[in-house]
Amino acid sequence: MSATAETVDQVKDLTADKYKYGFSTEIEMEFAPKGLNEDIVRFISAKKEEPEWMLEWRLKAFRHWQTMEAPNWAKVGYPEIDYQDIYYYAAPKQAGDGPKSLDEVDPELLKTYEKLGIPLKEQELLAGVVAVDAVFDSVSVATTYKAKLTEMGVIFCSISEAVREYPELVKKYLGSVVPYSDNYFATLNCAVFTDGSFVYVPKGLRCPMELSTYFRINAENTGQFERTLIIADEGAYVSYLEGCTAPQRDENQLHAAVVELVTLDNAEIKYSTVQNWYPGDENGKGGIYNFVTKRGACRGANSKISWTQVETGSAITWKYPSCILQGDNSVGEFYSVAITNNAQQADTGTKMIHLGKNTRSTIISKGISAGKADNTYRGLVKVMPKAEGARNFTQCDSLLIGDKCGAHTVPYIESRNPSARVEHEATTSKISDDQLFYCMQRGLSAEDAVGVIVNGFCKEVMKNLPMEFAVEAQKLIGISLEGSVG
Amino acid sequence: MSLLKIENLHATIDGKEILKGINLEMGPGEIHAIMGPNGSGKSTLSYVLAGRDGYEVTEGSVTFKSKDLLELEADERANEGIFLAFQYPVEIPGVAGMTFLRESYNAKLRHHDEPEADAMQFLKMVRAKAKTLNMNDDMLKRPVNVGFSGGEKKRNEILQMAVLEPSLAILDETDSGLDIDALKLVSEGVNALRNEGRSMLIITHYQRLLNHIQPDFVHVLAHGKIQRSGGKELALELEANGYADFAEEAA
Repeated sequence: MSATAETVDQVKDLTADKYKYGFSTEIEMEFAPKGLNEDIVRFISAKKEEPEWMLEWRLKAFRHWQTMEAPNWAKVGYPEIDYQDIYYYAAPKQAGDGPKSLDEVDPELLKTYEKLGIPLKEQELLAGVVAVDAVFDSVSVATTYKAKLTEMGVIFCSISEAVREYPELVKKYLGSVVPYSDNYFATLNCAVFTDGSFVYVPKGLRCPMELSTYFRINAENTGQFERTLIIADEGAYVSYLEGCTAPQRDENQLHAAVVELVTLDNAEIKYSTVQNWYPGDENGKGGIYNFVTKRGACRGANSKISWTQVETGSAITWKYPSCILQGDNSVGEFYSVAITNNAQQADTGTKMIHLGKNTRSTIISKGISAGKADNTYRGLVKVMPKAEGARNFTQCDSLLIGDKCGAHTVPYIESRNPSARVEHEATTSKISDDQLFYCMQRGLSAEDAVGVIVNGFCKEVMKNLPMEFAVEAQKLIGISLEGSVG
Repeated sequence: MSLLKIENLHATIDGKEILKGINLEMGPGEIHAIMGPNGSGKSTLSYVLAGRDGYEVTEGSVTFKSKDLLELEADERANEGIFLAFQYPVEIPGVAGMTFLRESYNAKLRHHDEPEADAMQFLKMVRAKAKTLNMNDDMLKRPVNVGFSGGEKKRNEILQMAVLEPSLAILDETDSGLDIDALKLVSEGVNALRNEGRSMLIITHYQRLLNHIQPDFVHVLAHGKIQRSGGKELALELEANGYADFAEEAA
């Protein structure tokens, strides 16, 4: 039996257990009634003890959403979603009021996170200190290192808490980058968002630890509507990372998130994502619909926003982390690795909108398709008339494994300033039999060989991940492509 | 006892028979050269021994270290001690040479249920070996074979061999594409790896490589069969007369 055929067989046996985060936690939950209407919006707002203005904003969004239609321009296919068949709020009982300290967190939840490899305790890790906000279905269950961060003036808490505790900041920035009317999924999120993280880094401070949020979908038939808002004040810097997993289920689940970033003069935000939602089985049954709006505004001069994403999970990914480069000399970066295997579909890319003078953007996208998956890069580089001296460099590389998958590149370039310089490079390649044999002749198994080759292909992106997560992400790439050879 | 024993080996690719009954026995520490004209099956023999997909063994057997070699996958054969120095080493973009070496080295250790190598010690060991092949740190940092000259690629193959310490090294036309200086450097590298426990199978068209790496035995492969075997003087005879004799013999 040939090496590849055997590998495929072995992996077939393994497929059921290969998503190691597929377990679910048995814990008593509180749900909102199924379905979506104004009462549900009010229910969520009341659960979060929100002020009136927040509820009004939600309702405005909800009413607008009812007039909208789901977008159909992406190269993804899925049956129509029944928005009345989803729970919009699910929270572990007791967690409703929010535990005051880590000691009060339900041990079952702590165990869940331990199993996921996310320690919800404050310990010095060898690799460095990481503060974690853990979001379980619709609520944040714990945030570590809060006291230490507060001391320095950094606000790191759940968005629900921020709405209550820091209303002025939230009012000023929420919806300022992604308006409530932005798009179908973002507008839905504005109406029913449940939890997510809020970060504010004050003037001149370089946040000394990585901030990270770990999103977990646990409950069945529940949508997760994450909302994250990060503000770096003048001269501030923060590096933030989010991770995502979900149990293995036969039904599709919806994750419609909105993330907004704002940098003022000379500030920098580095935002990294390792997305490993349950991708569905090899025939495309189950998995998360990951419909996400992520956008950053470089409001200040010389500010910088850098998106790095490693997308390996989800049945469908629909996501375009973007930068609005308003401040003169501001910099936007997008580094992406998107892997699709089996029946996964990804339509992802970025938008770089150049408004200020001498604004610069870099886009490096690496798409890897295996199985019968489809992987699309969709990007827009737009240079507005006042963006004198704007520059963009885009590189889109696609790697195909096998002959049943697809790679597509859809770049849009719109330049309204003659001094702008926009470059676009694209390549498509396959893992060759020569490469595979060469690696195997050096002792690597077929799977490890694919892992090594793909990691090499993604290197320019991977090197932008924070050290603490780079190793994990590398392994994840290997795991996501299991069974892809042959 | 022999390290490698090939008996009546027949192999096809795409239904076409290339190897038509090869017999060859190699003892530990022996160096055998296989010479032959283009299309005689030399490279096919090396691929069949290394376990490349697409080659079907239709008859015969290969025993390596008392194991049925044909039962093993390519990576298992490598980890059991078979190393193929490629005629055309393959580029792996984005993967640093050092990383690739470490992955390979650790794969072998894992195969033998040994703990993985200490990163610092491994680095030291590779650097020392690279130095003898006139390879600097820069070459180890660059992606495997990407942008390497012909000579650099071949030196890189020998470095991998030095690090992985195989018990059977198959050198497939290692001399092709090398100028005289590079040939000398590579040959010295190979000779430094000669020892009592390590056998080598050197595949070549030309006698010139065998001036640098002296074989114990020389075999002539033509039309999928070993037509003649002898000592190193056979290589000189071939150099003088060419392969014309064997074309007739087989016809």
